[in-house]
Amino acid sequence: MATEFTFPDSAAKAAKLPAGLPEGTEFQTEKMSLSMGPSHPSTHGVLRLQMELDGEILTKCDPVLGYLHRGDEKIAENMTYNQFVPYTDRLDYLAPLANNMAYAIAVERLAKLEVPARCQAIRVLTAEMARISAHLMGLGAFGLDVGAWSVLLYSLHEREKLYKLFEELTGARFTTSYTRIGGVTRDVPEGWLGRVNAFCDQFLPILEETLTLLTRNKIFMDRTVGVGVISKADALAYGLTGPNLRGSGVPLDLRKDRPYSGYEQYEFDVPVGSKGDCYDRYLVRGEEMRQSVRIIKQVIAKFPDGPWYATDAKRIFAPPKDRILTSMEELIQNFMIVTEGPQMPPGEVYFEAENPKGILGFYVVSKGGGVPWRLKIRSPSFCNLSILPKICVGCLISDVVSILGSLDFVMGECDR
Amino acid sequence: MASGNDQSNAAAVTSAPEAGNLLGFLRNKGVAATERPSSDHPAFNVPAGEVVATLQHLRDEQAFDLLMDVTAIDWAEGASPRFTVVYHLLSTTRSAYVRIAVNCASDTAPSAPSVVSVWPGANWHERECFDLMGIKFEGHPDLRRILMWDEYPYHPLRKDFPLAGIETALPDADVTAETGTRVLAAPMAGGPFVATSGEINLTEAEPRAKDESWADRRPRPDQEGLKQVRE
Amino acid sequence: MVTASTELGYNSKVEGDVVVTRADAVINWIRTNSMWPMPMGLACCAIELMAVGGARFDIARFGAEVMRFSPRQADCMIVAGTVTYKMAAHLRRVYDQMCAPKWVIAMGACASTGGMYRSYATLQGVDRIVPVDVYVSGCPPRPEALLDALMKLQAKVKREPATQRLFSDDAPPRADLH
Repeated sequence: MATEFTFPDSAAKAAKLPAGLPEGTEFQTEKMSLSMGPSHPSTHGVLRLQMELDGEILTKCDPVLGYLHRGDEKIAENMTYNQFVPYTDRLDYLAPLANNMAYAIAVERLAKLEVPARCQAIRVLTAEMARISAHLMGLGAFGLDVGAWSVLLYSLHEREKLYKLFEELTGARFTTSYTRIGGVTRDVPEGWLGRVNAFCDQFLPILEETLTLLTRNKIFMDRTVGVGVISKADALAYGLTGPNLRGSGVPLDLRKDRPYSGYEQYEFDVPVGSKGDCYDRYLVRGEEMRQSVRIIKQVIAKFPDGPWYATDAKRIFAPPKDRILTSMEELIQNFMIVTEGPQMPPGEVYFEAENPKGILGFYVVSKGGGVPWRLKIRSPSFCNLSILPKICVGCLISDVVSILGSLDFVMGECDR
Repeated sequence: MASGNDQSNAAAVTSAPEAGNLLGFLRNKGVAATERPSSDHPAFNVPAGEVVATLQHLRDEQAFDLLMDVTAIDWAEGASPRFTVVYHLLSTTRSAYVRIAVNCASDTAPSAPSVVSVWPGANWHERECFDLMGIKFEGHPDLRRILMWDEYPYHPLRKDFPLAGIETALPDADVTAETGTRVLAAPMAGGPFVATSGEINLTEAEPRAKDESWADRRPRPDQEGLKQVRE
Repeated sequence: MVTASTELGYNSKVEGDVVVTRADAVINWIRTNSMWPMPMGLACCAIELMAVGGARFDIARFGAEVMRFSPRQADCMIVAGTVTYKMAAHLRRVYDQMCAPKWVIAMGACASTGGMYRSYATLQGVDRIVPVDVYVSGCPPRPEALLDALMKLQAKVKREPATQRLFSDDAPPRADLH
């Protein structure tokens, strides 16, 4: 890529010398180092890029992370499994419900616990809503980065509608803490599914309208087509996942390839890019929102009856409140779960879920009891950013902004 | 109830033969791999010297083309082997995982070979592992801290490091000069009440706030002992 | 001039084109109604901060919609999110670059006290490095809570002896850290 540009160095050599200088004098240009972030509007949080520039072209890019390293993994080792659920909200804080689900399933795999169909359906439903909300934010921020302010206003407006639904379901706008090991905190409220359905119906036309602002927009295309190309091989070598990997043409989607939580029942397509540039990644995200709506519609259409938590997991999921208040056995059961945590067998599991940003993995090592011995969070944003030093070299500095926007990362999850 | 998750049931049934096949494959390649207890995916212990070759074989001949994760476990102070480095691979074509674990020979200065030559994406994972767990990856092109700042003296994910942290200097001295702020241990009193993992003794297992013996204004009694944690 | 304040009550028929008031009142009136925030968006709270800027909550009603990422153009730093020790120095530096008079809102539990992150990496409250005017509780606070904080800050600014600070070197010092 670098060869497409004229480097200022060579331009300087070709330039005519001012009068008076001896023949053969070369202009000396110096490389400049520039630090972008950690407080910068287009680094989406607290990423810092230590760049080395030759004129306007990057010759080196060294991302500096850790400005939001809050010690989540250490915290996890010091509390019970359920106490850690709120911390998963704050990993990818654009899609907390998807994180909640991934974490809960990881621990349930450790306990070899199956949750009932209704619980699975609720989780899929909320995860897909979270995907829409995360992609909307990614889209809006991407637009903002390349100069299209109105896209953000459209997407914020839709996100408010989603937040209203989340709030009704979980009690919080986006730090939801909705899942528990072995279930969810509460069943869906009366009439809520209808409201989700209504949201989807009105959302699709608005989504098309929002995407129209960008898809054939000359300025947007100029800034994204052919910019930040990631080849298939590179994407795999650097462990990219999610829309960024699919944008490069690898059809890896764990919802299809290793379905969890009943994803195998739903029909949806996995969009894949052809060139792997910023524009492809944008197109993939746009299409994923349409597919998410499709999944949500199917979940609502065949929403199962039955219990919404694992009824047979006496040492993992607390009994209903009315039973706790009236029965001694349930009271003790609740007390043990709250104080000592859900009891897990010793062992180790690694579970990954297809989150909006990519594949979120939890590696849980248990020595038994209610507290994990080690909990490793494999965050998609961390891996997606690791390709930056490779693809940014040779780019214009304004392209870096497009690339960052198209990679769509969240620092909370990247730094943990 | 529980029409359930077909995939996980299927995985539980098929994992045994798959693990056997992979073990056979690795043995044929001359890797002294042994099976590792696992609750889900096929898992193998591999000697530290053979991990690069193992991952290379798995990538090139078994289509495990994505390195998902590199991490380490600290099996408690005094345990031996104390540190285990764990790799998770995913095959995009076979949709299968495999876990490779390597026990570090040294319990005091753990090290493992770097796999950056096989997957460039391992670069940051190994830096993180070095940063938080203090494992030196030999052959890594640029082994620096990634999450904590460069001068930070500890490896926070080690079991002998307290969650609250240990008092040390801020990365920037000028801010300390202006505000008097240092990196202080966080107050833990009234923190989450949890039972100790795996305890049987009822008195010991009683749920309590960890590190409850001190608060913001009261120094931790065993602060001196923690100085030993420095590498 | 839309205010209930008697000091600024202006009736052109009575007073002609002259308005008489105290300098403090004018300066504070100007400051309160064009308080440009520096959005120090660090973590989750930044998302709610953006929601406040969106159509539903519309911070523009309070004259504070002009988010300035350049500290030199900002009056009020909204610390939205967890401040880690690694970030602390950068935050302080941005604060130092803001022109006086400047104010700080600690948005959310993390910025106020460290919140749920009692750990080795997290600064236990941004007031250890910069003076904070308003603390907002919540994890994250609802957008309405941030608007309330902004109104509280405006009320505080209205009471400040602005002129005294403007013309004298020995202005009353800001409250010390801690």
